Amino acid sequence: MNKIKCDCGHVNPEGTVLCEACGKPIEENQHIDGNDKRTLLNMRYDGSARRSQTYNKSIVDKIWSFFSSVKVGVWLIVIALLASAIGTIFPQEMYIPANAVSRDPAVYYEDTYGIFGQIYYQLGFHNLYSSWWYMILIALIGISLVICSIDRFVPLYKALKRQKAKRHETFLNRQRLYSETENVTAEEKDKIVHALKKQRYNVRNENGHILAEKGRFSRWGPYVNHIGLIVILIAAILRMTPFMYLDDYVWVREGERTVIPSTDGEYYIENKDFILETYDKNNDRFKEAIEQEGMVAKNFQTNAIIYKEIAPSVAGAEPELKKIAEEKIKMNHPLKFDGYTLYQAGYQLNEFTSMTFKVHETDDPDEKALGTFTIDLNAPKPEYKLDNGFRVVVDQYYPDYSLENGEPRSESKYPKNPAFVFFVYPPNSEQAEVSFVGIGRNIDATGENQYKLGVQDFELRDVSGLTVRKDYTLPFFIVGAIIFMLGVIQGMYWQHRRIWIHPKGNGLLVAAHTNKNWYGVKKDIEKVISGTNVEMVKDQQELDE
Amino acid sequence: MDNLISVSSTMLYTAFILYLIATCFFGATIKEKKDKGKKGIAGKIAITLTIIGFLAQIVYFITRWIASGHAPVSNLFEFMTFFGMGLVFAFIIIYFIYRLSVLGLFALPIALIVIAYASMFPTEISPLVPSLQSHWLYIHVTTVSLGEAILSISFVAGLIYLIRQIDQSVKSKRTTWLEVILFSLFIFIGFSVISATFNIADYHAQFEYEERGSTLTTDYQLPAIAGPNDGKLLTENAMEPLFEVPSWMHGANAPRKFNTLIWSILAGFVLYVLARLLFRKRIGAAIQPLLLKVKPDLLDEVSYRAVAIGFPVFTLGGLIFASIWAQIAWDRFWGWDPKEVWALVTWFFYAAFLHLRLSRGWHGEKSAWLAAGGFAIIMFNLIAVNLILAGLHSYA
Ligand code: HEM
Repeated sequence: MNKIKCDCGHVNPEGTVLCEACGKPIEENQHIDGNDKRTLLNMRYDGSARRSQTYNKSIVDKIWSFFSSVKVGVWLIVIALLASAIGTIFPQEMYIPANAVSRDPAVYYEDTYGIFGQIYYQLGFHNLYSSWWYMILIALIGISLVICSIDRFVPLYKALKRQKAKRHETFLNRQRLYSETENVTAEEKDKIVHALKKQRYNVRNENGHILAEKGRFSRWGPYVNHIGLIVILIAAILRMTPFMYLDDYVWVREGERTVIPSTDGEYYIENKDFILETYDKNNDRFKEAIEQEGMVAKNFQTNAIIYKEIAPSVAGAEPELKKIAEEKIKMNHPLKFDGYTLYQAGYQLNEFTSMTFKVHETDDPDEKALGTFTIDLNAPKPEYKLDNGFRVVVDQYYPDYSLENGEPRSESKYPKNPAFVFFVYPPNSEQAEVSFVGIGRNIDATGENQYKLGVQDFELRDVSGLTVRKDYTLPFFIVGAIIFMLGVIQGMYWQHRRIWIHPKGNGLLVAAHTNKNWYGVKKDIEKVISGTNVEMVKDQQELDE
Repeated sequence: MDNLISVSSTMLYTAFILYLIATCFFGATIKEKKDKGKKGIAGKIAITLTIIGFLAQIVYFITRWIASGHAPVSNLFEFMTFFGMGLVFAFIIIYFIYRLSVLGLFALPIALIVIAYASMFPTEISPLVPSLQSHWLYIHVTTVSLGEAILSISFVAGLIYLIRQIDQSVKSKRTTWLEVILFSLFIFIGFSVISATFNIADYHAQFEYEERGSTLTTDYQLPAIAGPNDGKLLTENAMEPLFEVPSWMHGANAPRKFNTLIWSILAGFVLYVLARLLFRKRIGAAIQPLLLKVKPDLLDEVSYRAVAIGFPVFTLGGLIFASIWAQIAWDRFWGWDPKEVWALVTWFFYAAFLHLRLSRGWHGEKSAWLAAGGFAIIMFNLIAVNLILAGLHSYA
């Protein structure tokens, strides 16, 4: 390495722009920070030697320089910004509404938004945030962040550590805040030093050369916050692994107990009751709003019991379970147990559990029951024998009946809209009558049936939908967020201020620098020099176009 | 109960009037020129009135909270009003750091515009759906809007900078863009004026229209320039729409919102033209002479400083608290819902702003334009995302 020795005797690393000790501009490196074209010095990293600005030969140097450029970083951020915004033009695939024409994205976007929707879909923007290029973009920001920080942190740290109170004159008169005073007495100087200390500046005095400094630690703020961001990005990567993150969903019917998925059969949930409450429309407070907007839900709640399997179930036998929690799971009040969290996420009201049918004579106006039978809709039997000799055979069962192109079918396997095709055998007869029965329908296939079936009674129950989560990455996100916040606060709410006082002849040079809040330093200086003959510093800033 | 609500709205009204008077006093600080001794009187009265107004608005907030049983930040009216309050608060903070009176002359009118705009939305106290029943609602919403309010002060300072600095002697791209910014403020005023007018006239027009197989009705409070696609006017003596919105405009009440937008732009345009006729020059050119005393480098610093102060607050409220709440309520701390994405966009934008400020060449005017861009994004997130892109967060 070609070290550079400054007139003051300090040996600087190659690429240094301003001597680390005395700040004198190092002639041949002035182009690096653009000082050659300006009167003021660029103080960004105190003119320290940064790898990215120093070496530019090998491919590694070039990549390093590329990623450590703030310009590149800003471009990456701006591109990520635009990409993110584009993703909100139309809903993302997961937000296609449940009542859409079709939830198939290939149909939905074109059908709903026309040609633009189709283009949007074909470009893959309907899944933008999980697309490979979006993730690469975010990863590039991460890489840039790391390289950028390393590139600057070490040199800046060294430069601030090695700085001397005595600075070269050119360094001082090329600061933004600067003044020269011809005659200053020793008392006045003492007064200034005293005032600086009173303002809680750290004052260093080297042979009458004074450096008053405060808030240096705020310079590390950006590096701290970048570390926080990196922790968050790592957490996001961890979250893509199944060990750290689990996401499942369980539907559980009232009165039923079912195994919680993704727990290796270890945990069971029982739904004692699902509760949906709405606001009372006579409520004084909300009367008007409810009149305008209609019913508003107040509470979704599942009263649940969680069981843990204590002995592994032997094939065929019921597992041996122990109750470990009984809770009301509500929105905003998830249930936690053994690292899992259950969230109230969905519900289905009024699913049928059982239906009771009666048989009566077709032409009986009173529809007097000749016999009844009850079907458990979750386990219909193939055949029901009635007390009075009737026999009913279940030919077809549609738990969730619908008619598609004239064909009856079941939309789902859940008894939301049950319908049956029955063969009814009257007592002592081998001749069956065919009957189709559903909610509000009763169709006699031939029109000649002597007996008719009617729904006499039914039982309903609700179904709760719960998200099952296990997320070991949360602590990482939390730690990352805390580090980030501490970093930004450190960097934003404190400022690094330095004031140099340089004896010259009978007088003084005063110069000052801060990384932000120039108004604040100026006020500090005003206070410090008040009652002395020292000239107020002039702001030499060239407001850029 | 009714009592509290009326106290609450009176207080909001009081705050509004006080801000209005305070604005006039901030205006007066410009006129006090040479007279060193007197200087400051108008400024002192102005800031005192602002603070009293702010306290009145706090009373509004607390009484409404008690009346509704939840923090009043749960619908568009409450939320925008709170944002207006945040603007005043942020202004007060920055004022005490920099003692820059001219900031008040612009910040308060913007707060007034925001509050007037908010008052045009339904003001009934509405019940909270289950997902909103969480303390994190208050914590999140109040912090974000405070953060956004502080960031908006950056725009206020930037706007003053632009009006002060842009050469008005010739028409240029810069003068045009500045007029665009000013015109967009007129649109908000236009919205409030036109809504208030037809509110007083108690105008209603019901339409019936079909969407995805179901028949919907919508109640226009402004005469329909743009009616629903294939809509049928039910109200008698109401104006027939001049045209119908295209069929792809779905979403809750999209045609009505679109109609309101047209009205706001028209009304804003009329007001803008009237103002131009009155001044006989560009609005920017008309205001510029008032600002000659203000130091541009101070404006630049205030604009930057507001971002430096607001950015951490916004991050905390808009990203971190938001995630905590989303984790508790919806089982995921981040779900790429449009509102969330726009918070991220805002955050990226100000991160870019801060990084650009690290380099030379981005101070002064460019920085002021960026501050305006940031404000546009914030307003988009507050208003347009709710009204147009409505996801989980749709309030209105
Ligand atoms: C979204 C991502 C990022 C965020 C939120 C972020 C945040 C910040 C913040 C708040 C500051 C302090 C600014 C100030 O004090 O005015 C900062 C400084 C900085 N950032 Fe970033 N940053 C991000 C990405 C990047 C990237 C990609 C790079 C690399 C090119 C980068 C390089 C820097 C540098 C060099 C500084 C100045 C350090 C110093 O003053 O010593 N940042 N960043």
